[in-house]
Amino acid sequence: MNRKHYLNERTKKGRVVLSPQESETYLQTIWRRFKRHKLAIISSILLAVLVLAALLAPLVYPYDPVITVGEFSQPPSWQHWLGTDQIGRDQLSRLLHGMRISLLVGIMAAGVSTVVGVVLGLISGFFGGVVDMVIMRITDAIMSFPYVLLVLVAASIFEPGLWTIIFILGLVDWPGVARLVRGNVLSLRESNFVKSSQLSGMPKRYLLFSDILPNTIAPVLVYATSVVALSILDEAALSFLGMGIQLPTASLGNMLNGAENLSILTGKPWLWVPPGLVIILLVVAINFIGDALRDALDPTST
Amino acid sequence: MSQHNPLLQVEHLSVHYPIKGGFFSKVTGHLHAVDDVSFSIEAGTTLGLVGESGCGKSTIGRQIVRLEKPTSGSIRYQGLELTSASKEELTRVRTDLQMVFQDSYSSLNPQKHIFQILADPMLYHGITTRPQAEAEVDRLLDMVGMPKSAKNRYPHEFSGGQRQRIAIAKALCLRPKLIVCDEPVSALDVSIQAQILNLFRTLQQELGLAYLFIGHGLGAVNYVSHRIAVMYLGQIIEIADAKELFRNPVHPYTRALCDAAPIPDPAARGTTGITLRNEAISPVDPPAGCRFLPRCPFATDACRHYTGALFPLHAGSNHLTTCRRAEKEGI
Amino acid sequence: MAKYITKRILIAIPVLLLITVIDFALMSLSGNPLEMMGGARVTEAALAQRAINWGLDKPIWVQYFIWLFGLVQGDLGVSYTTFQPVSSMIAAHLGPTLLLMGAALVLSLVFSLLGGVFSATHAYSKGDYTVVSLSFLGSSVPSFFLALLLIYLFTVRLGWLPSSGMSTLGVGGGVWDILKHMIMPTLVLAVGLTGTNIRYFRSAVLGILQQDYLRTARAKGIGRTRVIYKHALRNAMLTVITVIGMQIPMLFGGAVVVEQVFSWPGLGLMTMNAITGRDYPVIMGVCLFTAVVVLLGNLITDILYVVVDPTISFQKEERT
Repeated sequence: MNRKHYLNERTKKGRVVLSPQESETYLQTIWRRFKRHKLAIISSILLAVLVLAALLAPLVYPYDPVITVGEFSQPPSWQHWLGTDQIGRDQLSRLLHGMRISLLVGIMAAGVSTVVGVVLGLISGFFGGVVDMVIMRITDAIMSFPYVLLVLVAASIFEPGLWTIIFILGLVDWPGVARLVRGNVLSLRESNFVKSSQLSGMPKRYLLFSDILPNTIAPVLVYATSVVALSILDEAALSFLGMGIQLPTASLGNMLNGAENLSILTGKPWLWVPPGLVIILLVVAINFIGDALRDALDPTST
Repeated sequence: MSQHNPLLQVEHLSVHYPIKGGFFSKVTGHLHAVDDVSFSIEAGTTLGLVGESGCGKSTIGRQIVRLEKPTSGSIRYQGLELTSASKEELTRVRTDLQMVFQDSYSSLNPQKHIFQILADPMLYHGITTRPQAEAEVDRLLDMVGMPKSAKNRYPHEFSGGQRQRIAIAKALCLRPKLIVCDEPVSALDVSIQAQILNLFRTLQQELGLAYLFIGHGLGAVNYVSHRIAVMYLGQIIEIADAKELFRNPVHPYTRALCDAAPIPDPAARGTTGITLRNEAISPVDPPAGCRFLPRCPFATDACRHYTGALFPLHAGSNHLTTCRRAEKEGI
Repeated sequence: MAKYITKRILIAIPVLLLITVIDFALMSLSGNPLEMMGGARVTEAALAQRAINWGLDKPIWVQYFIWLFGLVQGDLGVSYTTFQPVSSMIAAHLGPTLLLMGAALVLSLVFSLLGGVFSATHAYSKGDYTVVSLSFLGSSVPSFFLALLLIYLFTVRLGWLPSSGMSTLGVGGGVWDILKHMIMPTLVLAVGLTGTNIRYFRSAVLGILQQDYLRTARAKGIGRTRVIYKHALRNAMLTVITVIGMQIPMLFGGAVVVEQVFSWPGLGLMTMNAITGRDYPVIMGVCLFTAVVVLLGNLITDILYVVVDPTISFQKEERT
């Protein structure tokens, strides 16, 4: 364990003398703590590779994911590394494009819920009163609802599709962010540095955006990573149930859809095992990174 | 005396917090944090405020800098009644009244470097301009004994004592006239305490500041104060010039505090031999009569009827106490 | 205590109302259920008659109040597809779901307590890292994929376990038969929960192990095992209660997916069918029912909190 190293406590005739040692910036501290988590480092590399593969797929991989390019249901071969599906589409191409969709849904849904959650959480915590009560009751209502059920109901109401999924998942996840931010605001509002800014006659927008907001970013960031992971899982489940991304667009979830058919399940494992494994890899990697971030951003950590 | 206007005059200040409970959060009682407190602070002087934790001394501090509103009473700063002042009037005096907190770690925003912490308020109030801000921050750091290089660092890189110096610089940056120091050295190592106390004294001489210096023991407070008020359960029970208070403590509680304070001169030491009993009354809706009664070794039946009003020890004296027994027995 | 409970229930009512309003508004956007029933053998007149019978010709807010009025009298309406009362449909499907959820909850609590306590008492060792890493894996596996893997292994390859339904047709479902059908769905539900729980319990026990009173207990010479199981676990009960309270909604959600894959005849399967068939009264009924269960769960959690930990008082709760 590293010791917290203060600058040398030296004084000369009542004046503090600071040792000239280079001080560690905040980012360096975070990086030093993050590095301690081996699994998170491995996960970051893995995630980078997967993201790169997904992004570059249309450039480097020759097959179109929605067009029949070979014979039906072929097992993996040199030509089609992961075989072809029931109507002769290249599986690897579908997998890579499915990954793009999953990552897009995960990140966008986390983005939507974070923005909505941060705004409402700040309002709720800072202004309190009736606004606070109304926002908190809404979060109660959404949170006391079985999550998957809510998503399914919403998915059945709106036209299923990419942006619908993002919108729905974003709307379902914001209460967690809002409560996190509200709690932080409430405790920060009582902190001495906010009071001190108040005493200095600083305006409310300064207290809110310069004092309070920067200090809630770290926990929100950690929470957002878990929302990315959760949203990827939710998208997969929704698409698996047929309420998510619609064919012919490939998604990791709807690729598994066919596996409920016994002949695919037993006879053609290349059609459903790879997308399942990729979901696990993506989600595990993001979760490990989030866990390491939690530790690295924790101000009480050394 | 009639024309004289102190920098800060507090009169009959009371702060009662409602205690909620039961169905629909009914108010079931009031916590008397501060009860009918009066004192004044002259420009350029220090009033020490001493008492055990929970006696209301920090509440008074928060009232003066307008972090909270009093239940009743008056706080006049340079003749302006703060409790009923308009927004405009308050903004005018806002920067005159500053505060230094006990916990130096949480009084500096961990996400900002020292330059921002010190420069932001000055820039906002137009005390300095962007090109001059650097020099101004250097000057402030220099005043509190910190090197210029500190301004590029973050609060977590400093020790408690160093952070407290920076917190003082922050309080100074708006050129205040009165600083409320809420136990500013209690959390520091003893060796560092002396440095910070010296810093407070030097700054007072250089800038003509007035302090309300809050502490829980007489030791540190005596070192910086011209006048000392002793608080017990929301009331000031004795107030006098610092020297007079030590020479002639009247209230049994003050005498016990004096016994506990370190005195460098062995010859001047002497104990009054007061042992306090350990049963306090609750500050929630306290009964009439002397609040110190259950702990007082000299309590008599008559003490049940004494109110908490201060009175001078003898006519014209500015040594005031609430202990009526002192009046009777002429201590 | 009684006052506190009443107060909590009074707070829950607007939340419930809000849920029904949001729900009803969303569903009225989704289209007309009669469209689903149109077909060659259904005449226009019959459809119109049906619309009048179900009140679908009235404005939405009137429909909502009709539904709400029925609700107050304990009437959740009638299903558009099965023509059975929604309340009796819920009652019929509740048993299997509760069985599944209860079994999964117990299983996951056992595993995660064992794992969490092991991890905390061996903190920062190889074993701890293994358990924590496995727990991340557990919460990262999509339940439907795990279900497919299990079916592939135990039904297709080994032929040990049945993959669908609650009992074998014709055999009639003895205890053993139901148990065999339960194993895989329970396991799938439990894995996801265990993954999250292990980390909660680990940090809870870890926090308690650092408390002074435990150091005192050890200093007094009380054995390590006894310290952990007698002192630490009792205090970890708070976390267990919180976790159970938190997971009721998660369980309901998880059940939808798991029941679908395993054709388990519970609430989840029924809900899924209702959603695909736009069976409004059933969807509303299930939503309201689960919301009540979840709110009730929260209330019980809070009450148990006070029972277990005497330092938490209702007063404190109210002041914050």
